[in-house]
Amino acid sequence: MLKINNLHVKLEEEDKRILKGVDLEVPAGSVHAIMGPNGSGKSTLSYVLSGRDGYEVIEGNATLEGEDLLEMEPEERAAAGLFLAFQYPVEIPGVGNMTFLRTAVNAQRKARGEEEMSAADFLKFIRAKAKELKIDAEMLKRPVNVGFSGGEKKRNEILQMAMLEPKMCILDETDSGLDVDAMKLVSDGVNALRDQGRAFLVITHYQRLLDHIKPDVVHIMADGRIVKSGGPELALEVETNGYADILAEMEVEA
Amino acid sequence: MNTATKQATAVISAEARPVSGAWAQDARADAARRLAQMGLPTRRDEYWKWTRPDSLIAAVPDAAAVFDYEGEPPVFHQIDRLTIVFVDGVFDATASDDLSGEGIEIERLADATAADIHWAKDLYGVLEARGQNPVARPLAAYNTAMATDGVVIRVTGEVSRPVSLFYRHEDATSDAVLHHVIRLEEGAKLTLLENGAAAARFSKVCEVDVADGAEFHHIRAQGRDHERQAITHMFARLGVESVFKSFTMTVNGRLTRNECVIEFLGDDATAHVAGAALGDGADGAFHHDDTVFITHDAVASESRQVFKKVLKNGAKGVFQGKILVKPDAQKTDGYQKSQSLLLDDDASFQAKPELEIYADDVICSHGSTSGAIDEEALFYLRSRGVPAHIATDLLVLAFLADAIDEIEDDTIAAEINDRLDAWLARHRG
Ligand SMILES: Nc1ncnc2c1ncn2[C@@H]1O[C@H](COP(=O)(O)OP(=O)(O)O)[C@@H](O)[C@H]1O
Ligand SMILES: [Mg+2]
Repeated sequence: MLKINNLHVKLEEEDKRILKGVDLEVPAGSVHAIMGPNGSGKSTLSYVLSGRDGYEVIEGNATLEGEDLLEMEPEERAAAGLFLAFQYPVEIPGVGNMTFLRTAVNAQRKARGEEEMSAADFLKFIRAKAKELKIDAEMLKRPVNVGFSGGEKKRNEILQMAMLEPKMCILDETDSGLDVDAMKLVSDGVNALRDQGRAFLVITHYQRLLDHIKPDVVHIMADGRIVKSGGPELALEVETNGYADILAEMEVEA
Repeated sequence: MNTATKQATAVISAEARPVSGAWAQDARADAARRLAQMGLPTRRDEYWKWTRPDSLIAAVPDAAAVFDYEGEPPVFHQIDRLTIVFVDGVFDATASDDLSGEGIEIERLADATAADIHWAKDLYGVLEARGQNPVARPLAAYNTAMATDGVVIRVTGEVSRPVSLFYRHEDATSDAVLHHVIRLEEGAKLTLLENGAAAARFSKVCEVDVADGAEFHHIRAQGRDHERQAITHMFARLGVESVFKSFTMTVNGRLTRNECVIEFLGDDATAHVAGAALGDGADGAFHHDDTVFITHDAVASESRQVFKKVLKNGAKGVFQGKILVKPDAQKTDGYQKSQSLLLDDDASFQAKPELEIYADDVICSHGSTSGAIDEEALFYLRSRGVPAHIATDLLVLAFLADAIDEIEDDTIAAEINDRLDAWLARHRG
């Protein structure tokens, strides 16, 4: 599904390299997790994949089902099936959550040559999805993320994911700031979407989330690279010992 | 003698002024004297620093191409209303509806001014004259002296459908000077719609007297003709517990200056003035100026100014808004917001927000900002699959929402929203 090959990225404005040769392959039907210390480049990777301005790719490439992601506009990547649940969802005063979602759903359908969803169908669809995530009607009417609590913002991200039914879902610290109940809701939302045609890349600091969303592979990212990959037990190791051991081990190897 | 002085002198000569009955003759002569005293505006005047008056006072207006609607219905034409049509500033009886209705009396200005006595005598040029202090508005005095047409409306009850003034522009060189007088008697209620470019150059004064408990709603769209120029004045006087609400949409025009002068004389009254202006300099110069002066001279009155401008390709926006709170106007609640969204580096916005407060128990605030599209929000929308141009339009409409919210009627607000949306669709990229 997603293939990243020797990706090097620097900031556009400064001479600062953030990603220093990321290699990663996430096949359809799988869940991969990325863990790693703060500042190791996890969010940068997710932003570069979704097409945010401000970064310059200096080497390497990234493809989604064989298509060159880095050549596409952000909206084209979305239409191709990429979705990023933001670590910090953006507030948009004056744009209703419902209007936003309907515009997004229909824009993607249009881009794929499908017919737009009728207002009635859309309403039915969103109500069902919102109910599963315990998002009330009032939250749908409010401007996008404005006045939402941290947990509401994260649930709103998962609602968008559920509505847009992407193929490749990247979740950037969707668990941070969530209490146990909200974590369960979010994980259930993610698990409901798991299927053979879809892949997940879950960025997290905590084993907790990975108890709910069982990953097939866990990667450790440090200083702009994937330094170690392994099974779910790697997450447990991080949980008990922190990153120090793994990083020290890498130093030794290097 | 330069053109400005020549023109002022011409106005002062009684022969140049439209023939009227005795009372109106006097009102026009008074206005001419006021004008002579003030002189025409120059760029040295404090409130004309950012807007050049030259083309507004030139002896002959610049020609303005007439917009071809090509089947597009003008704004408000799908709303049930009583229509009064002016073509290049001349009342068109055939195109207009029958000027009678329940709770309302409408006359042509010329008929009212021809009469020996008329109630309009207490308002025509009177509110305009009150509004000359402390800031001179010479072009309003010019209008009072020279207006050739207009309507005089007296409202005694709740009028069932809006009265719509439709200003057709047909002649590329027309120079129209219209003056309306509106009196809402106690407890009366009226919605006034105005739309159309009116003329190549349009001068309009509207004097509105809102008596105790009366409600006046005004929604205006200034037409599709891009080359037109307009100078408009609204003078309003508010009684106890009265309501005045005015919204203007401007999406075209080489030069537009809309002045609004409101005086609170009765306690517990409310006045809201709002505007949404969208300008694209790629169509030729676009300059839009909102100049507002609100005087609180009563207790517990509320005023709101909400002006939003979206500017690109060298379009220019100006806002000059003042709230004056007189010593006895306690419990005044005055609020002023003027914001512009600059879609590129060529667009510019200048603002002069002013508060002058002589009472101690008041809440007054103002905020003036100008900024670009929020890139974070834009990326967020695009990352959900919304194409950049649609995402931008959504953010622009969101920016304008506060101003549009000032329109109370949902159908009219939706109509305005559609027009703004259509403008955005025409001006992408
Ligand atoms: N726009 C930016 N401007 C300056 N520094 C940035 C920017 N984006 C990322 N960085 C820097 O890049 C590094 C990686 O950041 P980030 O990708 O957010 O890490 P993570 O998500 O793993 O915590 C950090 O040192 C961060 O400060
Ligand atoms: Mg991060």
